[in-house]
Amino acid sequence: MFSNMIIGRYMPGNSWIHRLDARTKLVLSIAFIFVIFFANNVIGYVIATLFTLFAIMLTGLGVGVFIRGVRPLILLMLITTLLQLFFVQTGDVLVHWWFIKITTDGVINSIVVFVRFMLIIMFSTILTLTTQPLAVADGMESLLKPFKKLGLPVSELALMLSIALRFVPTLMDEAQSIMNAQRARGVRFNEGGLMTRIKSFVPLLIPLFVNAIKRAIELGDAMEARGYRGGDQRTKYRVLTWHMQDTIAVIGFIIFTVVLIATRWMM
Amino acid sequence: MTPIISLSHVDYAYPNSETLALHDLSLTIEKGEWVAVIGHNGSGKSTFAKLLNYLLAPTKGEIKINDVIANEENMWTIRDMVGMVFQNPDNQFVGATVADDVAFGMENRGIVREEMIKRVDAALTEVQMMPFSDREPARLSGGQKQRVAIASVLALQPKILILDEATAMLDPKGRREMIALVRELKARMGSELTVISITHDIDEAASADRVMVINDGELIETGVPSDIFANAAQLRRFGLAVPFAEQLKEKLRQRGITVPDEYLTTEGLVTWLWQSISTK
Repeated sequence: MFSNMIIGRYMPGNSWIHRLDARTKLVLSIAFIFVIFFANNVIGYVIATLFTLFAIMLTGLGVGVFIRGVRPLILLMLITTLLQLFFVQTGDVLVHWWFIKITTDGVINSIVVFVRFMLIIMFSTILTLTTQPLAVADGMESLLKPFKKLGLPVSELALMLSIALRFVPTLMDEAQSIMNAQRARGVRFNEGGLMTRIKSFVPLLIPLFVNAIKRAIELGDAMEARGYRGGDQRTKYRVLTWHMQDTIAVIGFIIFTVVLIATRWMM
Repeated sequence: MTPIISLSHVDYAYPNSETLALHDLSLTIEKGEWVAVIGHNGSGKSTFAKLLNYLLAPTKGEIKINDVIANEENMWTIRDMVGMVFQNPDNQFVGATVADDVAFGMENRGIVREEMIKRVDAALTEVQMMPFSDREPARLSGGQKQRVAIASVLALQPKILILDEATAMLDPKGRREMIALVRELKARMGSELTVISITHDIDEAASADRVMVINDGELIETGVPSDIFANAAQLRRFGLAVPFAEQLKEKLRQRGITVPDEYLTTEGLVTWLWQSISTK
């Protein structure tokens, strides 16, 4: 059951995008969510789609991987699209049957929402597919640094995140062996109605939590024994370096934004 | 010889516990010694290890590490001198990769990055884990993780290395490799490294210069491994395993065969058997 769970499904590679600094990818992925709203006509969306496809091409991973990335969210996308279709009531009426009224504006809006959604998910997938989770954590730490002055314990949060990521496979293995142990004792997972299924996970979760707490205590001892005491005097072994290609990526993105804004006056 | 660790009349009781985990413990360990501490489960031997690193503070008595008194004020100095490897390979792996884990202790001490890189490489080379430096812990065996744990300690250049049942969760091969590694380190660093191994493993204890037996929080016996292990009756009384060679000697003795009194390793006993057959 854990094989189809997608957590930080990083795909190793050495493409131009892979080699970008995590901070660049983080900032640009977030910026894209806002920038996409500048598009207000067909030309704008065509340009945004082309830009996304170009970025996907640069990852060297193939469009198929990205489409699989969208799949878990397809239901959410359809619901949003349908909502637009049924509830936007302005424009010319296309279909009017019983209480359902579909209008031209509704159709246009739902297409726009669908495309927007798709592009945003694909663009953020570029970040998760080409960046190691640890690098994302490092990137966040570095970007949040200014908030240290406001009393936000940035380095502690980053360490917590990196330890959590490091223990994901360990705890998954453990969950798997507890499940096997409980199956051997006759517990049936994935059978029966919803309530039975939920209940059957109790004998999995309790030992998992108990062990996780034990691990945490031992890890705390080990960290203290190695001199961990938090605070700002810590140095970093892992550093992020800004390269020429990061500057190029940022400039490229700015050009894209400017072009997208320009399309607003084209139709 | 100068003592690097000295305990005088140390008591320790866990919070909310009536009984003492350690009672009136007084001992000294010389610089450069390799001491094995044996005892059955719950004898207090792991408590002893944690006191040496100030992970626990003694309830009574005084502990001195390299002439520094172990107390709240000196705890970071103590932890700079005493490195510790624990039992569970997974629960002491802090870093996301091998190199990150080795660097963790140095990051805590604010060591500059250039120096860290040098020391990470040196420590990983020392434990033969250099080719794995960018691996995640999930892709390492238990024995490899424990070697990384030793590297993490070595990178901090401590005076004392404590192995708190560090081989207990390993398979026989991993265990043998760990013991061989510690022997190698000891041979190279000589009196610069004092090793204390808290253990159940007879081979590990037999590699030490001196063995201490702890039973119910008290130090009851200390001596060279051959003396300790030769006394099978006493080992059994304290709930400890008797080495295979000693068990065999006992059986031979019961059959009226005169066997040497001193402790023999399995290999030593085999040689002795060959010789006694050929001289018959």
